[in-house]
Amino acid sequence: MNATLFYITFALYMSATVAYLVYLAKPSESLGKFARCLISSGFAIHVVFTIHRYVVAGHTPITNLHESLSFFSMAVVGVFIFIERRFKILVLGSFVTPVALVLMAISSLFPSALAPLNPALKSKWLVIHTVVAFLGYASFAVAFGAAIIYLMQERFLKKKKLGGLFQRLPSLNTLDEINYRCLTFGFPLLTVAIISGAIWAETAWGTYWSWDPKETWSLITWFVYAALLHGRLTTGWRGKKAAILAIIGFFVMLFTFLGVNLLMTGLHTYK
Amino acid sequence: MNIVVVGLSHKTAAVEIREKLAFSPTQMEKPLSALVALDGITEGVIVSTCNRVEVYVTTKDIAGGIARVKRFLSDYHNFPLETLEQHIYAIHGEDAIRHVFRVASSLDSMVVGEPQILGQIKTSYGYAAEYKSSGIILNRFLHKAFSVAKRVRTETKIASSAVSVAFAAVELAKKIFNDLSDKTVMLIGAGEMCELAAKHFLNSGVRGLMVTNRTFERAEKLADEFEGKAVRFDDLFDQLHKADIILSSTGAPHTIIGAGDLEAVMRRRRQKPMFFIDIAIPRDIDPAVNNVENVYLFTVDDLQEVVASNLQQRSEEAKKAEAIVNEEIGQFFKWLSSLDVTPTIVALRSKFDEIRRAELEKTLANWKELPPDGQKRLEALTNAIMNKLLHPPTSLIKKAGQGGRTDLYVDAVRALFELEIGGNGQDEELELEE
Repeated sequence: MNATLFYITFALYMSATVAYLVYLAKPSESLGKFARCLISSGFAIHVVFTIHRYVVAGHTPITNLHESLSFFSMAVVGVFIFIERRFKILVLGSFVTPVALVLMAISSLFPSALAPLNPALKSKWLVIHTVVAFLGYASFAVAFGAAIIYLMQERFLKKKKLGGLFQRLPSLNTLDEINYRCLTFGFPLLTVAIISGAIWAETAWGTYWSWDPKETWSLITWFVYAALLHGRLTTGWRGKKAAILAIIGFFVMLFTFLGVNLLMTGLHTYK
Repeated sequence: MNIVVVGLSHKTAAVEIREKLAFSPTQMEKPLSALVALDGITEGVIVSTCNRVEVYVTTKDIAGGIARVKRFLSDYHNFPLETLEQHIYAIHGEDAIRHVFRVASSLDSMVVGEPQILGQIKTSYGYAAEYKSSGIILNRFLHKAFSVAKRVRTETKIASSAVSVAFAAVELAKKIFNDLSDKTVMLIGAGEMCELAAKHFLNSGVRGLMVTNRTFERAEKLADEFEGKAVRFDDLFDQLHKADIILSSTGAPHTIIGAGDLEAVMRRRRQKPMFFIDIAIPRDIDPAVNNVENVYLFTVDDLQEVVASNLQQRSEEAKKAEAIVNEEIGQFFKWLSSLDVTPTIVALRSKFDEIRRAELEKTLANWKELPPDGQKRLEALTNAIMNKLLHPPTSLIKKAGQGGRTDLYVDAVRALFELEIGGNGQDEELELEE
């Protein structure tokens, strides 16, 4: 049952991705609506999957890579749906749904068996710390999608390549606005995640900060986004610079999330 | 009844000819009544724009009708018929229908897809309706043309891209800024193209306009005209940071804005994007400006390229539009041919007869004590009633048929008795818009 829900979600995300990519190449109103419908129903099933797993497992399903990646993907889609409604930019889906799909694909590679909760994770902090962190990650992922489009549009404008794709993609200002909104949404969440993590660490391990690889990389991620936010607010970093930093931030964040778990060992390694 | 189009357009006549044959929109009553007073012409509409003068009429006699309309144009404008003949086209039947549908859909326009023509035809039709020179056929014909034009506009992208340099500049600005309502335009120098672009920007709702010129008085004059603010040329770099969109066309022999100048400007405006449009030849703005972050420089050539590719795209969309037009011609033509007298009378009779037979059968089926010759007598009785009822309308339609104005009766009869039109019953509702 649980696996079925997972694969239905996977299939819906895949169809949505295809629909969004076709929409990018050949936009039509009906196709756009169809893609939006696919991603929304995929998200709904995904939520059901997560709740079902929560009930079956008895804890927030975010304790191994299969679960975390799936949760991350769900958060990305959720934030995307929110932003898409707000800015009415369907083509954003052509750049964000593939990210969600890839996350689901990687998730499916990891064993999905329900395991008893690692005793170290048995805490009310688990929910706060992880859910907040993933929501932050998700808004950075959407910012990443917008940043990619921004760089494309900027290049088209500079090189005077004003063809069909240029016409279909949104304006620079809109993309920059999305970048900024996602940053102002994601950065506080990341901050809360790090602080709540530190408090939890104090209660669980007896120390606020132990320079575990995950903590270190989280801090690096935090600094990248802090620099971006600072630059934006003080010296007017915007446009291309902001887009590039959002992309760098996204990869640093991915490394914090995946690379640290897969390549390094430390207190946060839950495979 | 035939629809005939007689006219001339930018494709067949130069502007010197067209202006001599144009009708003044304020005095349409006289020509319209003169037109329908012509022998054999039952309805008439005159479309007169700067690119075309066309007369749409309905007539029974195609050749005679064409000749009379030509003579009418020549007489009305005191224009020699021989010269007129060299520029005029006259078409009828399906070709005439196609032509008007294409004109209304802006497929025959000088700039394919330009939106004005539909409004112009609507206005022309308005006069014809007001002075009652159009009747059932042309009313329906033009409403059909409007709905075809609407279909073309919504189903193809024929009118969706900018085909003038000034308009292309506005479209590009929207691709950078999204919303222009809080943006300021600065004009450096003066020039027709520059002012035209400024007008387009003002129409698109920019917040303000600044004008600078080496001669401050000229800047003031232009600023007054556009309700903008005049800036002294010496203050250019002091004010430049306030402008989001800069249109430059000075006669300066060298560039007046370089990449280096923009560093301070961009700092002052906190890196908010700037959009430069250099219309001057030689150039006013150093090409290196385009390399400055968040600054986008376009020359007239760049914009012209946008326009050219949009035109290319339009011609592709035009193909789709032609297909729509062809589809609609068939439907309208069916309706038009259904207005002939004979098929209508036949249809009317068979409809009545059908009802008569059905009712008779119902009665006879339950009538047990019917006398032997009862059925025959009932047949005769019902037949006689039907014929008596049908006689006046039938003879009236026939009589009208000889006089010319059959269409009105035929159409009414078809509507009143729900007779099928053109054999397949297709008669979609016409949209009456605006």
